[in-house]
Amino acid sequence: MSAQVSEPVRARAPATFGERLAGALERPRVLGSLMLAPAVLYVVFFVGVPFIIAIALSMSDATAGNPSIDTFVGLDNFRAVMQQETFWTALRNSVIITTLTVVSIVVLATIAVEILSREFRGKRLVQVLFMMPWAMPVALSAITWLWLLDSQFSPIDWVLVQIGILGPDGLFGPQRHMYWLGREWLGILSVVFVDTWRTLPLATIIVLAGRLSIPRERLEQAQIDGAGFFRTLFRVILPALAPVLIVAILFTALLVIGEISSVDLLTRGGPGHSTQILPLWAYLKGIESGDLGQGAAIALFLFPVLLAAAIVALRFASRLHKD
Amino acid sequence: MAILEARQLKKHFGSIHAVDGIDFRSEDGELLAILGPSGSGKSTLMRMVAGLEEPTAGDILVNGESIVGIPPRRRNVAMVFQSFALYPHITVRENIRFPLAARKVPETEQKRKIDWVTEILDIRDLLDRRPSRLSGGQSQRVALARAMVRDPDLFVFDEPLSSLDAQIRSQARGELRSLLDRTQITTLYVTHDQVEALGLADRVAVMQSGRIHQIGTPRELYDAPANLFVAGFIGDPPMNLFRQGDEIIGARPEHLIAEADLPDDVEAALHLDVEIEHLEFLGSEWLIYGLVHGGVPESGEGLRIIARERQETPRLRAGERTQLVVPRHQAQYFDARSGMRKSGPEVAVA
Repeated sequence: MSAQVSEPVRARAPATFGERLAGALERPRVLGSLMLAPAVLYVVFFVGVPFIIAIALSMSDATAGNPSIDTFVGLDNFRAVMQQETFWTALRNSVIITTLTVVSIVVLATIAVEILSREFRGKRLVQVLFMMPWAMPVALSAITWLWLLDSQFSPIDWVLVQIGILGPDGLFGPQRHMYWLGREWLGILSVVFVDTWRTLPLATIIVLAGRLSIPRERLEQAQIDGAGFFRTLFRVILPALAPVLIVAILFTALLVIGEISSVDLLTRGGPGHSTQILPLWAYLKGIESGDLGQGAAIALFLFPVLLAAAIVALRFASRLHKD
Repeated sequence: MAILEARQLKKHFGSIHAVDGIDFRSEDGELLAILGPSGSGKSTLMRMVAGLEEPTAGDILVNGESIVGIPPRRRNVAMVFQSFALYPHITVRENIRFPLAARKVPETEQKRKIDWVTEILDIRDLLDRRPSRLSGGQSQRVALARAMVRDPDLFVFDEPLSSLDAQIRSQARGELRSLLDRTQITTLYVTHDQVEALGLADRVAVMQSGRIHQIGTPRELYDAPANLFVAGFIGDPPMNLFRQGDEIIGARPEHLIAEADLPDDVEAALHLDVEIEHLEFLGSEWLIYGLVHGGVPESGEGLRIIARERQETPRLRAGERTQLVVPRHQAQYFDARSGMRKSGPEVAVA
């Protein structure tokens, strides 16, 4: 008996370093913390620290020439920014561009998902083509769109002339060019168009996952119950998609509202500041003009609004999901 | 009120012949069960009746008119899925209203119908609940209510009881039967469970490999199976089968009796020397498992048999050797090559 009792005691005696390491790793808390550490460190150093620095900058008089944040100026930077007309134009444009992009994404993603959830010939090819805008480097796609929307050589204008919408005899003639990027509202619409084109694949994939998780029997039941295409879409499919649609809206909105490259590459905020948006203006002010304090203030301006919107949306989504 | 009819109905998925030439005709108001193992094509048959699949060939008729090519929403066929497929985001009331709203039934009429159906199915208390807050039995009633509320020509049920707990299944079976007796709606009932099919249906069609092997009342299927498949499929435990020359003799477990119990004027079709292996107590009866050591037919040697005895205490014990016989009029005869039923011992003699 005594030999049996002493057995586990001997097994616990100090072993080699390798064995002790393996033993420690088997404990869930040790292994868990170890696995989480890289992600936590990443968030702390590349998200947390810059965010705190940004808040500090926005309340200081730091400039590129003198980037010290010693002088606390309170909300002076925010006040100064809000007194400029460009701020209100950029705020308006940011809101309009984000809203219009989100609305078109919701409509287009729903349509795309209805198509992609069905079986048809060449579905694979369609899927690949559909994903292209997301896979394409931003600079490459921006150059493509710059040419497509060019003031002199736009193929879109050429097509419009050919089919009799523009040109001397056209419906909206006699001019032959739309100057897509040279006018305030056409510029904004062009940005919305390109942003939609770029973010649609991501939103579609999110929504498609939700669409494919609707049991087939439920859709067949709707058919048997006499529902046509639109009744099935609005009464059966969309309610089931609501949680994923909210996630897709949130992702798209956050991506678009912080997006600099599309406006920067297409219109650079021009003509004048008429197509300016907040993040690009923050960049121009803070980095190119060197006023770090005001740049940070602009960049932070939307943060509380976005945070609140994100929390509300996610809460709503999880409540829907529970039902 | 409808008569459902299938004529040479076929459905092929590539090289798989899921339904391979089916003919049947229901009576008006009949409960017709389609019984078959999984993969027998019974679900495909049902989906074609509902309009969810297009037949490859053949015709489906309701009251003599073809419904092939008519989309499901224009057929007046109500289907209840195995999962019940309730719409999860709306209340029970809205679920029941759904087919009425889709058919643009006027609102006052909708209300009257919903009142009527909730009364019959006794689900008034559930109307404001979400489907996620219903038990299995309650979900089944709501699904039935949604199917009934639109006055369908036909009901199509896909194993509607199999997702219920075993305890409430027999109760649900009774309720379903009395509901269908009251509404008198022709019903196609698909199941793999013979207890359900035999207990519930007016007639049962036994299906396998895309074909109907036999269609008849539960009694007919049990007493006179048309072929070896039906003989082996219907009945639990299954029929004992022995080969004798070019025929196969079948005996239900309850027809294997002790030699001493055979009346003098009755001839035995089978005479088996059996070693009892073990006995199973099933409450109202005993199942006796045995190994055949010899007798008639000789080919029976080495086979295992199951007999049924309805006694309080069995007269046999494990390990015992005994003589079991089957009265001639209770034996079933099949052609060994085709597997088809022979009409009786006279044929065997001739």
